[in-house]
Amino acid sequence: MSSAWSITASANPPRSLFVDYPLGHTTGRPNHLVEQTGIVSSALALIASATEPGRIVPLPLAWPDEWKNQAAGLGDGRSERLDTPQYDRPEDEQAVRQSDR
Amino acid sequence: MSDAAPDELNVIDYIAQTRASYDQLGYDAYRWAAEPEPSALVAPVKPLSESKVALVASGGIYEVGQAAFHHRDDTSIRRVSTDVEISDLRISHFAYDRTDARSDPNVVFPIDPLRDLVSTGKIGSLTSHALTFMGGIYSQRRLREELIPELSNELSAMAPDVVLLVPV
Repeated sequence: MSSAWSITASANPPRSLFVDYPLGHTTGRPNHLVEQTGIVSSALALIASATEPGRIVPLPLAWPDEWKNQAAGLGDGRSERLDTPQYDRPEDEQAVRQSDR
Repeated sequence: MSDAAPDELNVIDYIAQTRASYDQLGYDAYRWAAEPEPSALVAPVKPLSESKVALVASGGIYEVGQAAFHHRDDTSIRRVSTDVEISDLRISHFAYDRTDARSDPNVVFPIDPLRDLVSTGKIGSLTSHALTFMGGIYSQRRLREELIPELSNELSAMAPDVVLLVPV
Protein backbone atom coordinates (compact mmCIF):
# COMPACT_ATOMS: atom_id res chain seq x y z
CA MET A 1 0.00 0.00 0.00
CA SER A 2 1.09 3.61 -0.51
CA SER A 3 -0.17 7.16 -0.24
CA ALA A 4 3.28 8.66 -0.92
CA TRP A 5 4.27 7.84 -4.50
CA SER A 6 7.84 9.16 -4.51
CA ILE A 7 8.74 7.47 -1.22
CA THR A 8 7.34 4.12 -2.38
CA ALA A 9 9.05 4.46 -5.77
CA SER A 10 12.33 5.09 -3.95
CA ALA A 11 11.93 2.01 -1.71
CA ASN A 12 10.87 0.04 -4.80
CA PRO A 13 8.73 -2.82 -3.43
CA PRO A 14 7.62 -5.51 -5.90
CA ARG A 15 3.95 -4.45 -5.95
CA SER A 16 2.13 -1.37 -4.64
CA LEU A 17 -1.38 0.00 -4.73
CA PHE A 18 -1.48 3.80 -4.58
CA VAL A 19 -4.30 5.55 -2.72
CA ASP A 20 -4.15 9.32 -3.27
CA TYR A 21 -5.49 10.30 0.15
CA PRO A 22 -4.00 12.58 2.82
CA LEU A 23 -1.37 10.76 4.92
CA GLY A 24 -3.01 8.80 7.72
CA HIS A 25 -5.65 7.19 5.47
CA THR A 26 -3.67 4.57 3.57
CA THR A 27 -6.57 2.12 3.67
CA GLY A 28 -9.47 4.53 3.31
CA ARG A 29 -11.70 7.02 5.02
CA PRO A 30 -12.78 6.46 8.65
CA ASN A 31 -15.97 4.49 9.23
CA HIS A 32 -16.24 3.55 5.54
CA LEU A 33 -15.81 -0.20 5.85
CA VAL A 34 -17.00 -0.90 2.31
CA GLU A 35 -14.40 1.48 0.87
CA GLN A 36 -11.67 0.15 3.19
CA THR A 37 -12.44 -3.44 2.22
CA GLY A 38 -12.38 -2.50 -1.47
CA ILE A 39 -8.96 -0.88 -1.07
CA VAL A 40 -7.49 -3.86 0.78
CA SER A 41 -9.04 -6.25 -1.72
CA SER A 42 -7.53 -4.28 -4.64
CA ALA A 43 -4.12 -4.38 -2.97
CA LEU A 44 -4.30 -8.15 -2.43
CA ALA A 45 -5.45 -8.67 -6.04
CA LEU A 46 -2.02 -7.38 -7.14
CA ILE A 47 -0.46 -10.51 -5.66
CA ALA A 48 -1.74 -12.49 -8.63
CA SER A 49 -2.13 -9.77 -11.27
CA ALA A 50 1.22 -7.95 -11.07
CA THR A 51 3.52 -8.82 -13.96
CA GLU A 52 6.26 -6.21 -13.71
CA PRO A 53 8.25 -5.73 -10.47
CA GLY A 54 8.28 -2.19 -9.08
CA ARG A 55 5.04 -1.05 -10.70
CA ILE A 56 2.85 1.25 -8.59
CA VAL A 57 -0.82 0.92 -9.51
CA PRO A 58 -3.01 3.96 -8.78
CA LEU A 59 -6.51 3.28 -7.51
CA PRO A 60 -9.07 5.61 -9.13
CA LEU A 61 -10.30 7.11 -5.87
CA ALA A 62 -10.35 10.80 -4.97
CA TRP A 63 -10.59 12.31 -1.48
CA PRO A 64 -13.91 14.17 -1.41
CA ASP A 65 -12.47 17.56 -0.41
CA GLU A 66 -9.57 19.68 -1.66
CA TRP A 67 -6.57 18.79 0.53
CA LYS A 68 -3.42 18.98 -1.56
CA ASN A 69 -2.76 22.73 -1.36
CA GLN A 70 -2.35 22.58 2.40
CA ALA A 71 -0.62 19.17 2.47
CA ALA A 72 1.90 20.28 -0.17
CA GLY A 73 2.98 23.31 1.88
CA LEU A 74 6.29 23.54 3.71
CA GLY A 75 6.69 23.59 7.47
CA ASP A 76 7.22 21.02 10.18
CA GLY A 77 4.02 19.50 11.59
CA ARG A 78 5.84 16.85 13.60
CA SER A 79 5.71 16.80 17.38
CA GLU A 80 8.84 16.50 19.51
CA ARG A 81 10.59 13.11 19.29
CA LEU A 82 10.65 12.13 22.96
CA ASP A 83 12.36 8.91 24.05
CA THR A 84 9.72 7.82 26.59
CA PRO A 85 6.53 5.93 25.60
CA GLN A 86 3.95 8.37 24.21
CA TYR A 87 0.52 7.03 25.16
CA ASP A 88 -2.54 7.81 23.06
CA ARG A 89 -4.56 8.10 26.29
CA PRO A 90 -3.07 8.61 29.77
CA GLU A 91 -4.94 5.60 31.20
CA ASP A 92 -3.13 3.30 28.74
CA GLU A 93 0.03 3.62 30.84
CA GLN A 94 -1.86 2.33 33.89
CA ALA A 95 -3.12 -0.62 31.81
CA VAL A 96 0.49 -1.61 31.08
CA ARG A 97 1.48 -1.50 34.73
CA GLN A 98 -1.53 -3.66 35.60
CA SER A 99 -0.74 -6.21 32.92
CA ASP A 100 2.86 -6.37 34.21
CA ARG A 101 1.70 -7.56 37.60
CA MET B 1 14.01 1.76 -12.74
CA SER B 2 11.47 2.97 -10.23
CA ASP B 3 8.01 3.94 -11.36
CA ALA B 4 7.30 7.66 -11.94
CA ALA B 5 3.86 9.03 -11.09
CA PRO B 6 1.72 9.91 -14.12
CA ASP B 7 1.52 13.72 -14.43
CA GLU B 8 -2.27 13.74 -14.57
CA LEU B 9 -2.50 12.30 -11.05
CA ASN B 10 -0.85 15.44 -9.64
CA VAL B 11 0.49 13.52 -6.63
CA ILE B 12 2.31 15.29 -3.82
CA ASP B 13 6.04 14.58 -4.02
CA TYR B 14 6.80 14.13 -0.32
CA ILE B 15 10.51 13.60 -0.95
CA ALA B 16 10.84 16.96 -2.74
CA GLN B 17 8.63 18.56 -0.10
CA THR B 18 10.76 17.22 2.76
CA ARG B 19 13.93 18.38 1.00
CA ALA B 20 12.53 21.90 0.60
CA SER B 21 11.19 21.95 4.15
CA TYR B 22 14.51 20.77 5.68
CA ASP B 23 16.37 23.31 3.57
CA GLN B 24 14.12 26.08 4.85
CA LEU B 25 14.65 24.91 8.46
CA GLY B 26 18.42 24.78 7.95
CA TYR B 27 18.63 20.98 8.45
CA ASP B 28 20.93 18.69 6.49
CA ALA B 29 19.18 16.94 3.61
CA TYR B 30 17.29 13.82 4.69
CA ARG B 31 18.65 10.72 3.00
CA TRP B 32 15.76 8.55 1.87
CA ALA B 33 16.20 4.84 1.35
CA ALA B 34 16.73 4.38 -2.38
CA GLU B 35 16.67 1.02 -4.12
CA PRO B 36 17.44 1.42 -7.84
CA GLU B 37 16.14 -2.06 -8.62
CA PRO B 38 12.76 -3.34 -7.43
CA SER B 39 12.50 -6.37 -5.16
CA ALA B 40 11.80 -9.59 -7.05
CA LEU B 41 8.22 -10.39 -7.97
CA VAL B 42 7.53 -13.80 -6.43
CA ALA B 43 4.56 -15.59 -7.99
CA PRO B 44 1.90 -16.74 -5.52
CA VAL B 45 1.90 -20.46 -4.75
CA LYS B 46 -1.85 -20.67 -4.09
CA PRO B 47 -4.98 -18.62 -4.74
CA LEU B 48 -5.81 -15.78 -2.37
CA SER B 49 -8.85 -17.74 -1.16
CA GLU B 50 -6.48 -20.34 0.31
CA SER B 51 -3.76 -17.94 1.43
CA LYS B 52 -2.80 -16.94 4.96
CA VAL B 53 -2.34 -13.17 5.10
CA ALA B 54 -0.18 -11.19 7.54
CA LEU B 55 -0.72 -7.49 8.19
CA VAL B 56 2.30 -5.29 8.92
CA ALA B 57 1.51 -1.65 9.66
CA SER B 58 3.82 1.27 10.45
CA GLY B 59 1.30 3.77 11.81
CA GLY B 60 2.22 3.38 15.50
CA ILE B 61 -0.66 1.12 16.46
CA TYR B 62 -0.59 -0.65 19.82
CA GLU B 63 -3.12 -2.51 21.93
CA VAL B 64 -4.28 -1.47 25.39
CA GLY B 65 -2.00 -3.25 27.85
CA GLN B 66 1.06 -2.82 25.63
CA ALA B 67 3.68 -0.10 26.04
CA ALA B 68 3.24 2.77 23.60
CA PHE B 69 5.97 3.60 21.13
CA HIS B 70 8.43 6.32 21.97
CA HIS B 71 9.20 8.77 19.21
CA ARG B 72 12.98 8.80 18.90
CA ASP B 73 13.90 5.98 16.50
CA ASP B 74 11.84 3.34 18.33
CA THR B 75 12.69 0.12 16.48
CA SER B 76 10.49 -2.14 18.62
CA ILE B 77 7.48 -3.99 17.29
CA ARG B 78 4.11 -4.95 18.80
CA ARG B 79 2.24 -8.17 18.14
CA VAL B 80 -1.46 -7.33 17.91
CA SER B 81 -3.93 -10.22 17.91
CA THR B 82 -5.98 -10.37 14.72
CA ASP B 83 -8.99 -11.01 17.01
CA VAL B 84 -8.43 -7.64 18.72
CA GLU B 85 -11.40 -5.43 19.60
CA ILE B 86 -11.19 -2.18 17.61
CA SER B 87 -11.91 -0.28 20.84
CA ASP B 88 -8.64 -1.67 22.31
CA LEU B 89 -6.46 -0.20 19.55
CA ARG B 90 -4.42 2.94 20.18
CA ILE B 91 -2.14 5.13 18.05
CA SER B 92 1.22 6.65 18.96
CA HIS B 93 3.09 8.55 16.24
CA PHE B 94 4.71 11.98 16.00
CA ALA B 95 4.49 12.68 12.30
CA TYR B 96 0.97 12.39 10.92
CA ASP B 97 -2.50 13.64 11.79
CA ARG B 98 -3.98 10.84 13.93
CA THR B 99 -7.47 12.35 14.21
CA ASP B 100 -9.15 9.90 11.84
CA ALA B 101 -7.01 6.92 12.89
CA ARG B 102 -8.13 7.49 16.47
CA SER B 103 -11.77 7.48 15.45
CA ASP B 104 -11.31 4.41 13.23
CA PRO B 105 -7.93 2.61 13.36
CA ASN B 106 -8.89 0.70 10.19
CA VAL B 107 -7.65 3.70 8.15
CA VAL B 108 -4.06 2.68 8.90
CA PHE B 109 -4.59 -0.82 10.36
CA PRO B 110 -7.23 -2.49 8.16
CA ILE B 111 -8.15 -5.37 10.45
CA ASP B 112 -11.94 -5.18 9.96
CA PRO B 113 -11.56 -5.26 6.14
CA LEU B 114 -9.24 -8.26 6.42
CA ARG B 115 -11.64 -10.08 8.77
CA ASP B 116 -14.45 -9.34 6.30
CA LEU B 117 -12.41 -10.78 3.44
CA VAL B 118 -11.86 -13.95 5.48
CA SER B 119 -15.56 -14.25 6.32
CA THR B 120 -16.56 -13.90 2.66
CA GLY B 121 -13.92 -16.42 1.58
CA LYS B 122 -11.86 -13.96 -0.49
CA ILE B 123 -8.80 -14.77 1.57
CA GLY B 124 -8.09 -18.02 3.40
CA SER B 125 -7.07 -16.84 6.85
CA LEU B 126 -5.08 -14.33 8.85
CA THR B 127 -1.98 -14.99 10.90
CA SER B 128 -2.62 -15.10 14.66
CA HIS B 129 -1.09 -11.63 15.05
CA ALA B 130 -0.51 -8.50 13.02
CA LEU B 131 2.84 -6.76 13.48
CA THR B 132 3.07 -3.04 14.11
CA PHE B 133 5.76 -0.45 14.61
CA MET B 134 6.18 3.29 14.43
CA GLY B 135 7.57 4.18 11.04
CA GLY B 136 9.27 7.45 11.92
CA ILE B 137 12.70 5.84 12.27
CA TYR B 138 15.42 8.05 10.83
CA SER B 139 18.31 5.58 11.11
CA GLN B 140 18.43 3.19 8.17
CA ARG B 141 21.19 1.29 9.96
CA ARG B 142 18.99 0.66 13.01
CA LEU B 143 16.11 -0.27 10.73
CA ARG B 144 18.24 -2.90 9.00
CA GLU B 145 19.97 -4.19 12.13
CA GLU B 146 17.10 -4.07 14.63
CA LEU B 147 13.60 -3.72 13.19
CA ILE B 148 13.82 -5.74 9.97
CA PRO B 149 15.35 -8.89 11.52
CA GLU B 150 12.71 -8.91 14.27
CA LEU B 151 9.87 -8.41 11.78
CA SER B 152 11.34 -11.08 9.56
CA ASN B 153 11.69 -13.58 12.42
CA GLU B 154 8.14 -12.97 13.65
CA LEU B 155 6.75 -13.29 10.13
CA SER B 156 8.69 -16.48 9.44
CA ALA B 157 7.32 -18.03 12.62
CA MET B 158 3.72 -17.36 11.49
CA ALA B 159 4.42 -18.57 7.93
CA PRO B 160 2.03 -16.35 5.94
CA ASP B 161 1.61 -16.77 2.18
CA VAL B 162 1.03 -13.04 1.67
CA VAL B 163 2.19 -9.99 3.63
CA LEU B 164 0.23 -6.74 3.34
CA LEU B 165 2.42 -3.74 4.20
CA VAL B 166 0.51 -0.65 5.28
CA PRO B 167 2.74 2.39 5.72
CA VAL B 168 1.49 5.86 6.61
